[in-house]
Amino acid sequence: MSFLTYLINGISLGSVYAIIALGYTMVYGIAKMLNFAHGDVIMIGCYAVFMTMSMQSWPPLVSLIFAVVVCTALGVIIEKIAYKPLRRATPLAVLITAIGVSYFLQNSALLLFGADTKSFTSVVTLAPIKLAGGDLIIPGTAIVTVLACVVIMIGLTLFIKKTKAGQAMLAVSEDKDAAQLMGININGTISLTFAIGSGLAAIAGVLLCSAYPSLSPYTGSMPGIKAFTAAVFGGIGSIPGALLGGVLLGVIEILSKAYISSQLADAIVFAVLIVVLLVKPTGILGKKISEKV
Amino acid sequence: MKGMKKTTKDHLITFGLVIAVYIIVQLLITTGHMSSLMQGLLVPVCTYSIVAIGLNLCVGYLGELSIGHAGFMCVGAFSGGLISKLLSETVTNGILLFVIALAAGTLMAALFGFLIGIPVLRLRGDYLAIVTLAFGEIIKNIINVLYIGKDGRGFHFSLSTPVELEEDGLWLINGAKGIAKISRLSSFTIGVILILICLFVVYNLVNSRSGRAIMAIRDNRISAESVGINITKYKLMAFTISAAIAGAGGVLYAHNLSTVTATPANFGYNMSIMILVFVVLGGIGSFRGSIIAAAIMTLLPELLRGLYDYRMLIYSIVLIVMMLFNWSPKIKDWREAHSLKGRLGKKTAKEAE
Repeated sequence: MSFLTYLINGISLGSVYAIIALGYTMVYGIAKMLNFAHGDVIMIGCYAVFMTMSMQSWPPLVSLIFAVVVCTALGVIIEKIAYKPLRRATPLAVLITAIGVSYFLQNSALLLFGADTKSFTSVVTLAPIKLAGGDLIIPGTAIVTVLACVVIMIGLTLFIKKTKAGQAMLAVSEDKDAAQLMGININGTISLTFAIGSGLAAIAGVLLCSAYPSLSPYTGSMPGIKAFTAAVFGGIGSIPGALLGGVLLGVIEILSKAYISSQLADAIVFAVLIVVLLVKPTGILGKKISEKV
Repeated sequence: MKGMKKTTKDHLITFGLVIAVYIIVQLLITTGHMSSLMQGLLVPVCTYSIVAIGLNLCVGYLGELSIGHAGFMCVGAFSGGLISKLLSETVTNGILLFVIALAAGTLMAALFGFLIGIPVLRLRGDYLAIVTLAFGEIIKNIINVLYIGKDGRGFHFSLSTPVELEEDGLWLINGAKGIAKISRLSSFTIGVILILICLFVVYNLVNSRSGRAIMAIRDNRISAESVGINITKYKLMAFTISAAIAGAGGVLYAHNLSTVTATPANFGYNMSIMILVFVVLGGIGSFRGSIIAAAIMTLLPELLRGLYDYRMLIYSIVLIVMMLFNWSPKIKDWREAHSLKGRLGKKTAKEAE
């Protein structure tokens, strides 16, 4: 039974990774950049919920919506100020800027909210389900997380397939210049992508902190990097890939914590990333792109 | 001086600068004009300068961003510390002990750089950066669960729970508690000598045939390959040397502390970023800049006490602003319109007409 419990925890954690990975995948697909600050947007979302729900006792749903709005705005602002001027710069410059933004968010949070770890009140009030005579307990957070993940995946797939804005995103990720010639507003589309990714990050952050209720300015960075690992694992640019990569990575992390060593769990997750990148750099569901000279 | 090549002149200026600063600092210390707080920062400045030189070789000349250099520093610090602790009874001469530790730490870091470089350098850009980050974290995690002990029965290695040692036993590396009681062999003089050696190595490398090959790969990998440059060899060479230099910095770092532990604060991601800030602020590709930036950015927050809490925030803003300043098209236009050089250039052009 303990194995099943671990598996459920793994899937739940993996679903959070999957939602974060979506933000990475979408931004990478369109802007061809690794948005290092994505993990820290999650942390800001968590603080937004913490400040409103725990300190001002807003209802959970209202404060969740507030967090989504804050993160969406933050994502768009970051893109406008830091990334947009660098669209034609070398990848190295963009990456350094992204690291700078990530660091900026972390340290702003450190100065604003302090370094102490805050205990986060779960937004999920669903009671845990007991199965097999109480041996197997599925926490309410896990159910909500997995459901949220599935709903978001389906919603996003439909958005990209059925709406004009979604098709524009696809077009921009295929070929920016050609898309522009077809009358697509490139800047608008990139902004929209950042907005969606950051909004999702807020939801992921709240779910993560509901499951692991400690919040500090560094909460977002590790899950952020792991979610990027998940995105690469599943194949960057692919939405089902993000889901698959996220869930697999979550399960690997929880199982190695349980059966191998809790201190080495992070090392194992990163080792997975390295092996994937070396053996199949395009990921499980990614498309192979041949290099043109 | 006249017949000298421009690059040679440039290098001599850097060497001269380092030596001049060294003499000034020594004078300040002997005349008692330097607080003990500032004196305590001298070795860290040397450490960061050395690691920054190493990273600058990787970022500026190889053209690949590594955010795992703290990992190589960690390897250097721990293997150097281990050796000097092990030999502290047999080798009594402090300098000789340090040189042995330095050689061990540098070689170990070079070995790790080589082994990690083989897979990592097959990747490019963002992927390479994230994998170096992953390696840095893995190294830190493993060292945190690594136990090496010595007693009457010989050596003991463990990666999880420590074994029981005999009574006369001694933990050389005690998991998360790190290495305790390392002899404090580092000094400002040794640090400066190390900086000079590192400068000598990197200057010779970048001006050699190999260095030009490395830069050719950075500028255009496909063309470099088409003229017969062995991409893997030169990339590995630059990466390994870069890692080795970071390892040397780590040895200096370890011997400045009595206890060295692998925490996120000293060998984690934050350290890698800090070093990157030095490289970026000093100018990517300029070793002299890296040293100056490392010195200023380490000493400034200490001098202005109130700034200490904002240190990290300032680092992050430096990163963003430097990149925007260099690459944003609008700022580029503005700079061209307002730069002194540009104006003078225009004037002389007009005068010529």
